[in-house]
Amino acid sequence: MSAVTADGTVAVEKSGIEGSYLTDGYTLRSWLLTTDHKRIALLYLAAITMFFFIGGFAAALVRLNLIVPQGLLGSAETYNRLFTMHGVVMVWFFLVPAVPVTLGNFLIPLMLGARDLAFPRLNLLSWYLFMLGGAVTLWALFAGGVDTGWTFYTPLSTMYSKSHVVLAATGIFISGFSSIATGLNFIVSIHRLRAPGMTWYRMPVFLWSLYSLGVLMVLATPVLAITLLLLALERVFHIGVFDPAIGGDPLLFQHLFWFYSHPAVYIMILPGFGVVSEIIPAFSRKRIFGYKFIVWASVSIAVISFFVWGHHMFVAGTSLYSAVLFSILSYLVAVPSAIKVFNWLGTMHKGFIRFDAPMLYALGFIGLFTIGGLTGLWVAALAADVHLTQTYFVVAHFHYIMVGGMVSAFFGGLHFWWPKITGRLYPEMWARVAALVMFIGFNLTFFPQFILGYLGMPRRYFSYAPEFQVLNVLSSAGASILASAYLLPLGYLVWSLLYGERATGNPWGATGLEWQTASPPPTANFVETPVVTQGPYHYPTPESMQLHG
Amino acid sequence: MASTVRQDFQYASPTHQAETAIAGMWLFLATEVLFFGGLILCWIYSRHFNAPGFDAGARQTALWIGTLNTAILVTSSLVYAIGLAFVRAGDTRRLIQCCLLTLALGIAFLGLKFGLEWRLDFAHHLFPADPYFWIAGSLSGGARLFFVFYFISTALHGLHMVIGVGLLLWIIRRARRGEFSPLYHTPVQVVGLYWSFVDVVWIILYPLIYLVGRGQ
Amino acid sequence: MSLWLPAASDNAAEVDHLIGALLVISAAVLLLVFGLLFVYLIKYRAGSPIDRGAIAQKTWRVETAWTAATLVIFFGLFVWGADLYVRLFQPPQRALKIYVVGKQWMWKVEHAGGQREINTLHLPVGMPVELVMTSEDVIHDFAVPAFRIKHDVLPGRYETLWFTPNRPGIYSLYCTQFCGLDHSKMSGNVVVLSPPEFQTWLAQNGGSHTLAADGRALFMRYGCSGCHGIDGSNDTSGAQSTVRAPSLGGLYGAPVPLTDGSVVIADDRYLHDSIVDPERQIVAGYAPIMPSFAGQIGEEDLLKLILYIKSLPAGGSP
Repeated sequence: MSAVTADGTVAVEKSGIEGSYLTDGYTLRSWLLTTDHKRIALLYLAAITMFFFIGGFAAALVRLNLIVPQGLLGSAETYNRLFTMHGVVMVWFFLVPAVPVTLGNFLIPLMLGARDLAFPRLNLLSWYLFMLGGAVTLWALFAGGVDTGWTFYTPLSTMYSKSHVVLAATGIFISGFSSIATGLNFIVSIHRLRAPGMTWYRMPVFLWSLYSLGVLMVLATPVLAITLLLLALERVFHIGVFDPAIGGDPLLFQHLFWFYSHPAVYIMILPGFGVVSEIIPAFSRKRIFGYKFIVWASVSIAVISFFVWGHHMFVAGTSLYSAVLFSILSYLVAVPSAIKVFNWLGTMHKGFIRFDAPMLYALGFIGLFTIGGLTGLWVAALAADVHLTQTYFVVAHFHYIMVGGMVSAFFGGLHFWWPKITGRLYPEMWARVAALVMFIGFNLTFFPQFILGYLGMPRRYFSYAPEFQVLNVLSSAGASILASAYLLPLGYLVWSLLYGERATGNPWGATGLEWQTASPPPTANFVETPVVTQGPYHYPTPESMQLHG
Repeated sequence: MASTVRQDFQYASPTHQAETAIAGMWLFLATEVLFFGGLILCWIYSRHFNAPGFDAGARQTALWIGTLNTAILVTSSLVYAIGLAFVRAGDTRRLIQCCLLTLALGIAFLGLKFGLEWRLDFAHHLFPADPYFWIAGSLSGGARLFFVFYFISTALHGLHMVIGVGLLLWIIRRARRGEFSPLYHTPVQVVGLYWSFVDVVWIILYPLIYLVGRGQ
Repeated sequence: MSLWLPAASDNAAEVDHLIGALLVISAAVLLLVFGLLFVYLIKYRAGSPIDRGAIAQKTWRVETAWTAATLVIFFGLFVWGADLYVRLFQPPQRALKIYVVGKQWMWKVEHAGGQREINTLHLPVGMPVELVMTSEDVIHDFAVPAFRIKHDVLPGRYETLWFTPNRPGIYSLYCTQFCGLDHSKMSGNVVVLSPPEFQTWLAQNGGSHTLAADGRALFMRYGCSGCHGIDGSNDTSGAQSTVRAPSLGGLYGAPVPLTDGSVVIADDRYLHDSIVDPERQIVAGYAPIMPSFAGQIGEEDLLKLILYIKSLPAGGSP
């Protein structure tokens, strides 16, 4: 059934969906009570797709409102609840989970050469916790919403807002346990379930990224939990921890909140780095450049990210000394990210580059993430931040990284591993079109916002000064293009499930243990436990390729 | 009888799985450190700006109950550890006895804390939202904040204790069904780690609540 | 649509230089990254038959080189940004102090001479201005893009912001910390006038009462003089007061010993808290009998009282 080819990879014959994890039980019960990491990944995929479109819908209304200076929606009340909903849903119910719970859950055991994660039942529990948290949050949103912004600053959220703050905080609190469970499972699995012969330095970069991510999830999320708990108690019982009138401090909330939320943004982007680090070697048919630097870059990002939270507070009333310290640490954390970009370029150098859709998304990631990351240098510069913070400049900065970066990586990974997950090939032409439209729509939406921010337009504004209208209209036009770029994959990916060409075990000719088993894999992942004898990305070198013709 | 032990299909051996379960619990406890740690940091931060008030509040706490509870909880961890040693040696009956004693001590802790101490605190108007809060005047704000942290931390700790009690009952049930042996007693170890951790949290809370500021 | 933002304060041009450098560095890096990308995509595409030669094995030299270069550039940017920022914490002594109270959803501005404005701030060109700001409710943020400055405004605290306007004109003022329903309406204008025009404006806009004079009236009305004496001098020799309270003459800026043994400086915050939370810091040698005025006196009136107390000369027996 398998043959060893000249470059050492093992080819597996084309096998249908029969005998795979997809057909191993057809009842609803077999899906809802599964402990198979692959099925749980699909349960999560359905959930986060739904949340993505809910958050996206809110964004569409936000951009619609901003077409005219006085606010098209007519009511600031509604607008404030919309941008809060957009932030809450996108941050906690899309960006934080996206790659880890779908691609991570699906691929970690496969990449490790294991048959499942360390704690499969905990994995299933994490999905239920996620759904419960999401349900409670959506209840808050549809019962009238929250109008404090996703950052819940006190005392607005504790003493003045008349919206469903506690309900939303509860939903997020519950989803935090899902995060912790996932991160815990990942860390333990990577430590304990590696296949024989797979040393740490033989693991693909994706696993190092998810390991670093796991550390962040496990250590940062509990701080969010206590923050939300104190927020709820303050709001309900007026305990006064954040109330200056009885000796509390509203800045304490900001410190607590950002202590989680800064690592959170690295939770969001690290898996994206991991995905791109898998796609680039595969589509350059070349070993990744500087493997050790890249993997230790992920680890150092995870560590340093705990020490930069104060850069969200440069004008908040903190001391000069803390501001200076946080600024230099923020520059330090940017260095490993920069290294990754150079290493990806180094991987492509002298490679054999193909332009399939996953590669187009990965290239889009490199471009857009670099822009977003560079603008991070602007806001890390203290005096520049004083001018740029709280304006659309920051909005553009983080959307370039989160949407331009993370969402591109998510789509890239989804396309790259789609054959493995579903056993089908997606239609290549449509996918390339979608990638291109996404890149164009994205830049049109968010680049004008850098300019708006420099000119002074504040964020979270329902209405704005008329001189900002042209740039706002451009941005909203871009948003409509971006929206169509997201709807396209929804269409053709679903189409491919029914009519797509069947995939072989390794349609891309990529390295990695996940490609050494059938597409889609059987429930137990591997027929025999693989034994690893070489490092990752063992593509043939150009010399050997040219020798063999 | 648990004479043959099988591991789940993703593990290479029963030992592999047992060690992994324990690693998982340690990691979970790390998250709890960050959870309680965040609260304790807020406590320290708030105290820094309200020290006289906090100390005034601390002087109102019932030192004898806190100290007795500390002794009870530390003893309960010791007893459980003895139970673990017994099951390693094959004596499940003694394990069950130790677990029952630990359970009793845990319930005694909860009874003293919530049945007696909190009741006294409410009766003495120490609940921060009480309109007749015991300490008035300049120190009132700080004292109220102290009691905010007191009630939140003891409530959270108590919640963890209740979960621990549930876990103990689960262990006792499984032990009585003969599921543990020298070859397999991973759940006993894992619950032991959890119980000891809850104990350690109390050991940190005890001086924060009862000792700091008392001597002023 | 204008892509140009006036640089109307002394530090605005410097911030623009920093931003300009950031733009140049970013553009250079982007050019490098996109450039290499395009070159590789064409030169090394799968079908291209060019000779790729051997791949470098020892890559750590290159890695270390670009890591070091990155660190150096970043450190340079950090120092530049920090240097400008530090100066924002060092207002000059003779700055013109103006008082700002933010509340949902407006800015109340009070000049020392008693002139009051809402959502507008008149300033003279060429003179350093120090804004002393507080909030009555939630956190707001006072931002003037043309001056390249902003600062959060917190309840229960005074925050300061200083700058020197150097171009007459009218510039936008925004609230930039989300503060609820009408956050986007909490905007206004900063009007920078030449010094003679500014004096004219001051004279024409209700400068009959200085803030300190209003504060004196409040001092009487709230009964402060009952314990602290008329003019704060607390002359207990007469029939003025039977209560022993600290004298307030010359208090502002002076060290104050407290009952717990510490010594604090009587700054704006100390005076503010002494009125709304008097029992938190008791002056050494006095009993904690001053009642709290929290909730009775609004932030604007508190500012006036503080200005009045600041104006009291030293002298008079304690």
